[in-house]
Amino acid sequence: MMKNVYLDNNATTQLAPEVLEEMTPYLTNLYGNASSMHTFGGQIGRKIIEAREKAAQLLGCSPEELIFTSGGTESDNLAIHSALELNPDKRHIITSRVEHPAVRAVCRYYQRKGYRLTEVAVDTRGQLDLEQLIGALDEKTAMVSIMFANNETGVIYPIDKIARIVKSKGVLFHTDAVQAVGKIPLNLAATPIDMLSLSGHKLHGPKGIGMLYVRRGTPMAPMFYGGHQEHSRRPGTENVPGIVGLGKACELAMEHVEKENIYVRELRDRLETNLLQNCPNTRVNGDTICRLPNTTNISFEYIEGEAILLLLDQLGIAASSGSACTSGSLEPSHVLRAMGVPFTAVHGSIRFSLSRYNTQQEIDYVIRELPAVISRLRKISMFSPARGVDVGIPAERKPRLDVAGK
Amino acid sequence: MWDYTDEVKEHFFNPRNVGEIENPDAVGEVGSMACGDALKLMLSIDGDGKITDVKYQTFGCGSAIAAASALSEMIMGKTVDEAEKITNNDIADFLGGLPEQKMHCSVLGREALEAALNNYRTGADPDQKEKGTVVCTCFGITEKEIRRVVTEDNLHTVEQVTNYCKAGGGCQGCHPDIEAIIEDVHGVKVSENGKLRMEEEPPPAKKPLTNIQKIQMIQQTLDQQVRPALQADGGDVELIDVDGNNVTVSFRGMCAQCNLAEFTLSDVVQAKLREFVSEELTVQEQV
Repeated sequence: MMKNVYLDNNATTQLAPEVLEEMTPYLTNLYGNASSMHTFGGQIGRKIIEAREKAAQLLGCSPEELIFTSGGTESDNLAIHSALELNPDKRHIITSRVEHPAVRAVCRYYQRKGYRLTEVAVDTRGQLDLEQLIGALDEKTAMVSIMFANNETGVIYPIDKIARIVKSKGVLFHTDAVQAVGKIPLNLAATPIDMLSLSGHKLHGPKGIGMLYVRRGTPMAPMFYGGHQEHSRRPGTENVPGIVGLGKACELAMEHVEKENIYVRELRDRLETNLLQNCPNTRVNGDTICRLPNTTNISFEYIEGEAILLLLDQLGIAASSGSACTSGSLEPSHVLRAMGVPFTAVHGSIRFSLSRYNTQQEIDYVIRELPAVISRLRKISMFSPARGVDVGIPAERKPRLDVAGK
Repeated sequence: MWDYTDEVKEHFFNPRNVGEIENPDAVGEVGSMACGDALKLMLSIDGDGKITDVKYQTFGCGSAIAAASALSEMIMGKTVDEAEKITNNDIADFLGGLPEQKMHCSVLGREALEAALNNYRTGADPDQKEKGTVVCTCFGITEKEIRRVVTEDNLHTVEQVTNYCKAGGGCQGCHPDIEAIIEDVHGVKVSENGKLRMEEEPPPAKKPLTNIQKIQMIQQTLDQQVRPALQADGGDVELIDVDGNNVTVSFRGMCAQCNLAEFTLSDVVQAKLREFVSEELTVQEQV
């Protein structure tokens, strides 16, 4: 048996060994505070500048446009909070139905505070209804926040186009690019994005470090008050090992982004093609063309995701699921539901997300082992294509079978 | 989610008695794919009322499969009268306990057993659910079912109720109603903010409405009482026509493809319109 085939890289990634090496001195003898006047501090300050420059290179922006934060969630909170704080007369937010909770929950918090919230719908491929987005923009819109790529399906949104539309109306545009950075090339110099969030641990950097890009000239309101760090936009003594690690991770991402798009894509496609071929009643969720090279979201119909994950775990394979039982609540994935994925498929959805550290040997192991897992659970399940969903729903609530094709 | 006991893992990885009985004497079928778990229980029962064979099929997570397997072992060889006394807690105990948020898996087992025994005794449909007022429209859970878990499992919070029977786990719109049920069962107040619907005075008799008033009230009720909940799920509903007491609506977005749309039509749209506008209204969907 092969142990630890890690296919859950959209959740978090392995720390690159080079990153660890770069960080280690800053966790041991180089413990100075960058704000101090002595040599201990001075050498730290230079290292922070260097890390910021590396990140700026990856993103195609200037170093001073980047603010270090504690991660993606803080970056998203900071962006939305700042945009609303500085535009008190505009009380309308536009986002999408498929955002990560770090954006979705913040927007809904402001909705409870009295803001108008438009959550733009997606089609069955998970692509945004741009007409609805354009129609929703008005003089009261304070900001638009649309993710760069979806964490569950890997679907990539036309962010450049959306940014241009939003900017043409003079509205602030933020994008959560946590899943995109390092996986696809970005160039902020060529795209009118005002704010962009990223997270270190999604690109083989450490946890607890992230960034918010704020375009030069975009006003910024902090969430925290304190020292002068990050020009007072994000006070607090710098997370030096994290910053150094993130800088190195960005440098590595630059080197590997091509590999990510050729090597990792090939592995992903190999996995997807074979699983679809070898397991009947299986479907891919989301746009397969505009998609991250490392992600595939596959529904194994008529069985439940947590059960699949438990059996995969026994085989040493790590993945994740959009099923209700794995969400920590009773609700299955809001992303798949927004796409209209039928219940026969949503509870049995499994996300495989790869990285450059995966090997073809690992992928072939999954291809070999997974069909038996699926057929084992299907033997237990009462549902099947023949019986469909016309089972188990109390008589007074029998589904209308004609609606499916509507 | 990995804090399963060794017994749960053992029953999940090696489930007992999976399969179907060709000519079962009793069948119980509960849950649905929409809800995320379902269980079909089949029994052979001899002339003395003894359960001689148990088989089941189940769609669900690790603990749902384990609970079904545990139940099958627990009732094998028992008489119908003995089996009837098994509670959801017995199933959970048999497995060395279930995580709190997975207790509904044990409730599913108990419900399937009850449905099967009911089917054996009265010939009722295997999937027959006790009728009652639906409180949680997301998962179709009735007041009676909620009352039962609150009483039998001595539950005191909405969160516990959700863990045990799923009610309140969706849009959360029924939380005040669940609070009211808990309060009613235990006779203590659970929330200062909870609307105590069951203690409300009956609404005053409604005056006859003019057509214009009626249409306005229908539209208002849809806008305020119905559409926000549907929109939260990516759906919507639109008023198409009002002809006398016949209201025609059309579902949009997710609702148009939802398997439970018919249920939404009668239990949500029609129920709300009857509550807020007129008891005489009948709602249909535009075809």
